[in-house]
Amino acid sequence: MDLNALTECLSSTSCMVTQATSGFIIGMLLFLVAVGLTLIFGVMKIVNFTHGAFYMIGAYLAMTVFQMTGSYTLALLGAAVGACLFGVVVERCFMQRIYGGNVLMQLLVCYALVLILDDLVRIVWGPEFKSMGMPDAFRVPPLFIMGGVVPPFYLFLIAAALSIAVILGLALARTRFGKTIRAAAHNPAMVSVLGINTGLLFTGVFALGCLLAGLAGGLAAPVRSLTPGMGFSILIESFIVTVIGGMGSILGALVGALLIGLIRTFGALGFPLFTEALMYLAMAIVLIVKPSGLFGREAA
Amino acid sequence: MTRPALRDGLFGLAAFLILAALPLLTTSSALVDFVIRCAALGLFATSLNLLVGYGGMVSFGHGLFFGMGAYSFGIIMQRTGMPIPLAILLTMAVAAVAALAVGAICVKLKDIYFTFVTLAFQMLVHSMIIAWVPVTGGDQGLRGGIPRPSFLGINLADQKQLYLFSAALLVLGLLAMRHIVSSPFGYTLRLVRDNPTRAVFLGVDVYRTRLTAFVLAGVFASLGGVVMSLFVSGAYPEFAFWTMSGEAVFIVMLGGTAAFLGPMVGTVLLLLLNDFVTRVAEHHGLVLGTVILLFALGLRKGLLDFVMDWRAARRTRAQADADRIAGTNTIAGTDKIERVAT
Repeated sequence: MDLNALTECLSSTSCMVTQATSGFIIGMLLFLVAVGLTLIFGVMKIVNFTHGAFYMIGAYLAMTVFQMTGSYTLALLGAAVGACLFGVVVERCFMQRIYGGNVLMQLLVCYALVLILDDLVRIVWGPEFKSMGMPDAFRVPPLFIMGGVVPPFYLFLIAAALSIAVILGLALARTRFGKTIRAAAHNPAMVSVLGINTGLLFTGVFALGCLLAGLAGGLAAPVRSLTPGMGFSILIESFIVTVIGGMGSILGALVGALLIGLIRTFGALGFPLFTEALMYLAMAIVLIVKPSGLFGREAA
Repeated sequence: MTRPALRDGLFGLAAFLILAALPLLTTSSALVDFVIRCAALGLFATSLNLLVGYGGMVSFGHGLFFGMGAYSFGIIMQRTGMPIPLAILLTMAVAAVAALAVGAICVKLKDIYFTFVTLAFQMLVHSMIIAWVPVTGGDQGLRGGIPRPSFLGINLADQKQLYLFSAALLVLGLLAMRHIVSSPFGYTLRLVRDNPTRAVFLGVDVYRTRLTAFVLAGVFASLGGVVMSLFVSGAYPEFAFWTMSGEAVFIVMLGGTAAFLGPMVGTVLLLLLNDFVTRVAEHHGLVLGTVILLFALGLRKGLLDFVMDWRAARRTRAQADADRIAGTNTIAGTDKIERVAT
């Protein structure tokens, strides 16, 4: 434990800014993964245990596309579209069979898929740590905001994720697709009776979640190292985020993700050994005080 | 002693004698190792089935207690050198306290929440094992070997005696769990699984029943961890990793949840499969994952469940035939009652 470092940091704005921005990028990446998780849970009532794998696939695809073309825009596009298409295949082949099934089956199918996907990544890209490197456009000197050092890519990442959050929120609230999703989350049988193809809708929601996860992977590729196990660690954290924010709530995912991001960065200063423990502590407190999560409506 | 308990006891004794005689038939040490690993994983998986099969609580964090058993036992032996039986009891007590703390939060939660929050707690313990290097050895695992001083004339450093000791622990552990599931508590647990609302009306404290089951399962899982750490003479972070829980869930599903010995059957099958796969294929996860998919999407239930359902169906059919011949038109409802009682 090193509380001095924490108090020292909290008393200097430059350190605060630096830590807060890195907390924000962790939070934003988590949000993009967690929001897919929460959407899929909200509509299909399954916890997509394979969700982290799509983040991983996105990151690896981004790296490959970037190395081939040198364009980060194309890399991001490749990550999102690739993960999305892959998601459609997985949903059609496996997930559709376990909707409404018992939890044990859902868990097993997902567990098997995670094993397979991790191994596939290992076969295609190799088991060792990889890194993509920073795109040229962001190889500029860092900005100084209130004395804190902020790499420009961080700002881009935060802006990109925030705009996705806003677009997603608006789309769910205003568009027809969004309304259908919300209706299906409420009562899929009724939606189906009203003449909407719920099978297709489920695939759409799953694909949307995978697209966001893939995009998160693409955004993470320049700042994270890539390993075949990277999907699982972010899955656990995203799950904590959704538990804290409340399953099915997008605002909850955003708040939860930022909270976890900040806990991670500031916790790393004060409690270097037990940073992870702090996250779980936060989750445990939320579960005890409000089991449905901060923004969750249903009782868990 | 009641008759079923006597029967179970005799059955256990027979199983132990058979296991004890096995090394006499063959000189292969691979078989000895195989049975010890079966003992460790079998205790672990059967304890998980207390939750999954009898309690209807699908825990995905059960590896926590397996890992904790292995680590606590290893650390206790390395640091204090107390007699092994005492260290085992202390390890089980540690696991019980941990299970009480984790369970107090988790067993209130419904289905999928329970599943993932148990998983999250397991990952917490895993991360603490990795981070707390001075005590646990970090990601290298607990190395330097676990001292195995002799007690009561038993020397566990000898592979043969370790084999007998593991077999005895397995049989005793299974008997204890069998006793638990056939006790009134075991039936209360099934009631809570099948209809918690009704259980409440009947005056059952659902929360307490679930929590007790969670603690018991944790304790027996830690016993499995003890056997494992004795076997490998160490403890590794993988013991507390999520794949451990995944494996146990798969074992339970592979063997079946309805029969008490289902997880044992699953353990043997999985270990055989594992040994086979590691021998023929480089990409272990790919093959294992495919097999799991085939099982989960194809068979849709465990092997023993399958056999039991098949037998029940056959018996029902035979009964129906007999009834037709006898001219009575009773419905073979007895089978159903028997099935519920398993």
